Amino acid sequence: MIEPPEKQFTIALAGNPNAGKTSIFNHITGTRQKVGNWPGVTVEKKEGSVWKHGCHLKIIDLPGTYSLTPFSIEEIVARDFILDENPDVVVVIIDSSNLERSLYLATQIRELDCRVVFVLNMADVARTRGIKIDAEKLAELLDLPVVFTVGNKNEGIDDLLEKAIELAESEFTPPQKRKVKYNRDLENAIASVQTMVESSLGDILSYGTRWTAIKLIEDDKIVKERILEKAEEQAQTVFEEAVRQRRLLMERFDEEPEILTTDERYGFIAGIIKEVHTTAIQQRVDISRNIDLVLTNRFVGFPIFILFIWAMFQATFTFGEYPMAWIEILVGGLSSGVNILLPDSLFKDLLLNGIIAGVGSVIIFLPNILILFFCIAIFEDTGYMSRAAFLMDKIMHLIGLHGKSFIPMLMGFGCNVPAIMASRTLESEKDRILTILITPFMSCSAKLPVYIVLAGAFFGARAGTVIFSIYLLGIVLSIITGRVFRSTLLKGADAPFVMELPPYRVPMAKSLMIHMWDRGKIFIKKMGKIILLGSIVVWGLTAFPQHIDYSLDYDTEIQGVIRKYDAYRPVSGSDLQQDIEARRDREVEELKAARAAEKAEQSYMGRIGKLIAPVFSPIGIDWKGGVALLTGFVAKEIVVSTLGVLYAVEDSTEPDALEKALASSNLTPLTAFVMMVFVLLYMPCLATVAAIRRETGSIKWMTFSIVYTTTVAWGVSFIIYQGGRLLGYA
Amino acid sequence: MQLSELREGDSATIVKVGGSGSLRRRILEMGILKGTDIYVEKYAPLKDPLELIVKGCHISLRVEEAARIKVEI
Repeated sequence: MIEPPEKQFTIALAGNPNAGKTSIFNHITGTRQKVGNWPGVTVEKKEGSVWKHGCHLKIIDLPGTYSLTPFSIEEIVARDFILDENPDVVVVIIDSSNLERSLYLATQIRELDCRVVFVLNMADVARTRGIKIDAEKLAELLDLPVVFTVGNKNEGIDDLLEKAIELAESEFTPPQKRKVKYNRDLENAIASVQTMVESSLGDILSYGTRWTAIKLIEDDKIVKERILEKAEEQAQTVFEEAVRQRRLLMERFDEEPEILTTDERYGFIAGIIKEVHTTAIQQRVDISRNIDLVLTNRFVGFPIFILFIWAMFQATFTFGEYPMAWIEILVGGLSSGVNILLPDSLFKDLLLNGIIAGVGSVIIFLPNILILFFCIAIFEDTGYMSRAAFLMDKIMHLIGLHGKSFIPMLMGFGCNVPAIMASRTLESEKDRILTILITPFMSCSAKLPVYIVLAGAFFGARAGTVIFSIYLLGIVLSIITGRVFRSTLLKGADAPFVMELPPYRVPMAKSLMIHMWDRGKIFIKKMGKIILLGSIVVWGLTAFPQHIDYSLDYDTEIQGVIRKYDAYRPVSGSDLQQDIEARRDREVEELKAARAAEKAEQSYMGRIGKLIAPVFSPIGIDWKGGVALLTGFVAKEIVVSTLGVLYAVEDSTEPDALEKALASSNLTPLTAFVMMVFVLLYMPCLATVAAIRRETGSIKWMTFSIVYTTTVAWGVSFIIYQGGRLLGYA
Repeated sequence: MQLSELREGDSATIVKVGGSGSLRRRILEMGILKGTDIYVEKYAPLKDPLELIVKGCHISLRVEEAARIKVEI
């Protein structure tokens, strides 16, 4: 017999969350893995490949689930993959210390009639807990290979791959031994639906008829849709039979059939457990419980949680400042290098003020993102994340959110980009989208400079209180938004809070690094494109048109000023000379600033600002403010520098020059406050928008977020401005 | 009585899991079934949710969800 030159097998890994699936996946594939999304949904898809025993193995990490009922996208994704992609082998990873619950998913996968290997993972933990599992018996009872592994110590992985390859190469007939046997009434119902499926649908379906019949009796929406797609006419008779059987069962048991099957499956599992599983100690005292005596304690649980979050915040934004400064120096060095090397041209301007400045202002967040995700990975891998959700759920539930939403929302006060990326930790898509929609109302650190300048200029000693009220307004609006959207747009299935609190584990360095690096890579790659494009567009709007008819011939004026002062010739080095030079420089700077202001006014950006001025006038913001807000789309701190340009603030060493210029402008405390409110609420910056696009997986939600936040910003500003005027604060 | 009426440290056996739809099925799938023994490990500091031990796993439920589960001591 001649062996084919290359054998290729697809192996899918399935299992409960926290069963150690990821560590086994990481051990098999190492760093040769690709992280992406499953088509059409935002569930993370991990894929890797490896050469073993002369075979090329493609390993797919299915989402961690407790079941295969099509309630969450994760479960649908996992089931569809097994049904449609037909992997050569499905490896079910079972937590040995948690056999009964793990077998629920394993039994369902076995019912799909595919090639299955059972992996009893974390065998060491089970042993220390006095649990003994008879693997041979289990293999014999269920007629499938069973392997022991210790995923985090890389034990048994080779054995697992060997068994998987062996199985993939074997002739396969679905094991007939020991299937889930339901009670008589259920079996009768299944049989009659199965007959209908066989006679009217025949071979149209690619999966087993018994399985299809069971799913129809469970009223599985996805399976029904599939059948309708393939055979619309015949489907009706089959459905009618299923409905009839469902009704019969409901009358008989006063219970939905899908509940009956769940019950029966657990009954089947209980039977197996009795034969293969022995526990030496009944009421165990484990370390996890002792840790939880402290970490979720009634009195110290919250203080410790706040301490951890504070530490994460500090690490992300304080330690992050050092590498941020290095990146700033690098970007600065790059731009001064370009400045020296290239002759003045439009291209140079694009490169310097468009590309380098724009991308530079975003890449600077990379250290934040890496550190934050390192911290989150620690929380998740140790098992603390679910404790955090346990502690916070009561509060977050008031906004219609899950306890886990707290972390992304809190991170929003630092920077929205990592915050929105952190929403991945939420399992339900609705929770994720809702969290993403309200996170921009958490006032990020880039908005703070704007508040400081405006509040400093108009509120003096009360600046702190005013800024605090802005933060508070953001929180209040996020609560309102959460409640409104939860009862309208994202109604229904408020994700049930049936959450496992897994045992604490020591995180593996490798897994933490992989987790962190994945996020960083996504940030650089996917964000890069949108941000580059956005920066170029904004640059183009401010740089063009190139030729402007200035109201003054600034060059001549500047020359004139220099000549005028040069006419005085005092003794060099004297006080008088210094005084004259200072005056000359100030006048030159004033002229240059006026020229820059005029250029900004006549640029396309300025023209757009004037064009949309009517939109801003009902909220008391003039065209200058409007332009500043528009440029703030690239990054919020730019609002400050644009205001500087438009109010013709000369480059000065005086730190509060802008504040003085603003104070003497036509702005009033009321309009300044409105401006701050608008900055707080209006559309998120470019990088955040890119993150929203990426994490919701749709342009629709991205657009919705932009429109919603801007509408709210305008509405609230309108109320404050007009209300303020009525009350006499003009 | 309702599961939510139990105090920390109480053990009980589940009599009926009420409620409807996906939430109910999710609870059942996590192994919280009729006839299962449960132990109330603790309530969260804000008295909601609560932590149960079921079949050796620690599972948390909201009080409003636990109120739909009937138990007997």
